Amino acid sequence: MAKVKGDIVVDIEKCKGCELCVVACPQGTIALSDKINKKGYHYMVKIKDNCTGCENCALVCPDAVITVYRKSGKKKEKVATISNVQKDMTLEVN
Amino acid sequence: MDESIVRTEEQEFLEEDICVAENLVYKKPKTLTDIDLHYCPGCGHGVVHRLLMEVVEEMDIQDKVIGVAPVGCAVFAYNYMDIDMQEAAHGRATAVATGIIRVLPDKLVFTYQGDGDLAAIGTAETLHTCNRGENILIVFINNAVYGMTSGQMAPTTLPGMVTTTSPFGRDVKTMGYPLKMTDLVAQLPGTYYVTRQAVNNASNVRKTKKAIQKSFQYLQQKKGTCFIEVVSNCPSNWKMTPVEANKFVEEKLIPFYPLGDLKVPKEELK
Repeated sequence: MAKVKGDIVVDIEKCKGCELCVVACPQGTIALSDKINKKGYHYMVKIKDNCTGCENCALVCPDAVITVYRKSGKKKEKVATISNVQKDMTLEVN
Repeated sequence: MDESIVRTEEQEFLEEDICVAENLVYKKPKTLTDIDLHYCPGCGHGVVHRLLMEVVEEMDIQDKVIGVAPVGCAVFAYNYMDIDMQEAAHGRATAVATGIIRVLPDKLVFTYQGDGDLAAIGTAETLHTCNRGENILIVFINNAVYGMTSGQMAPTTLPGMVTTTSPFGRDVKTMGYPLKMTDLVAQLPGTYYVTRQAVNNASNVRKTKKAIQKSFQYLQQKKGTCFIEVVSNCPSNWKMTPVEANKFVEEKLIPFYPLGDLKVPKEELK
């Protein structure tokens, strides 16, 4: 089971198509589009659904066009319940 | 019960929408304005602008930071950073920063300079500011050419490197040797933290961000001059694609300008 799932959102109008993110992505998730944006640059698109949300593409992007989301598949487990306080408290770990 | 209707946990997990605020791990910092950067595609300036503004946002020091913009490609840095900025004459950013920190000693002042600005016309100002140990951060972007004026030879150009003013490669006999500013200022007693980083790949970007974070902490503690050299690229003037330019940084520039801390505070060595 996939333990971590990620996704990216790209501001295509600001993208300048430098392809640095394509090289930085360890999963080969992104590539340049055939289409162009207002400025005339080919912008980046997600071509596969295997993003892990590692942030590498966003870190190397000079124009800060990428927003990264990541979710872990692990369910939150209850590790302890503290009673005898004003209100019952529950601690959870990811 | 039909098995095909039963959805496993895995399917549910995979189909769940993850583009929601609680799963956000990385986004553009609010301290960076919405204006499009004028830099060429793949330019390292954008990365360093973003890292500086990320640190400012994370440390919540937007109202305390004052930046000094240089002359060079980064001359419009004040348009992109949503903080107080001052433009300085060519090479004089550290001198202007000295004035600001003397008048407003509680502010966190940084200068953002390129190699033509800091290492050529501003050598005197830079060395003396570091020697006096002014409580400022100097961010030095080294891409080995004069980017704004179409790629002439800079003091930091590598031996044998072809530029528009050294079409047969830099000949060290007539044009001199590359100037390693970071090694120079590391020897001065006024500097507190001197380091050389790069922005050519994700791991180096992470290290550069840590160096900037450390420097702002030292500024808050009023420790002395912090100096960060960032080895960057210039795809347009090196006549390369951004990917090739980053490869050139990896293969040629980083061996000549080795990365790492050149001067670490004594307290941290223990």
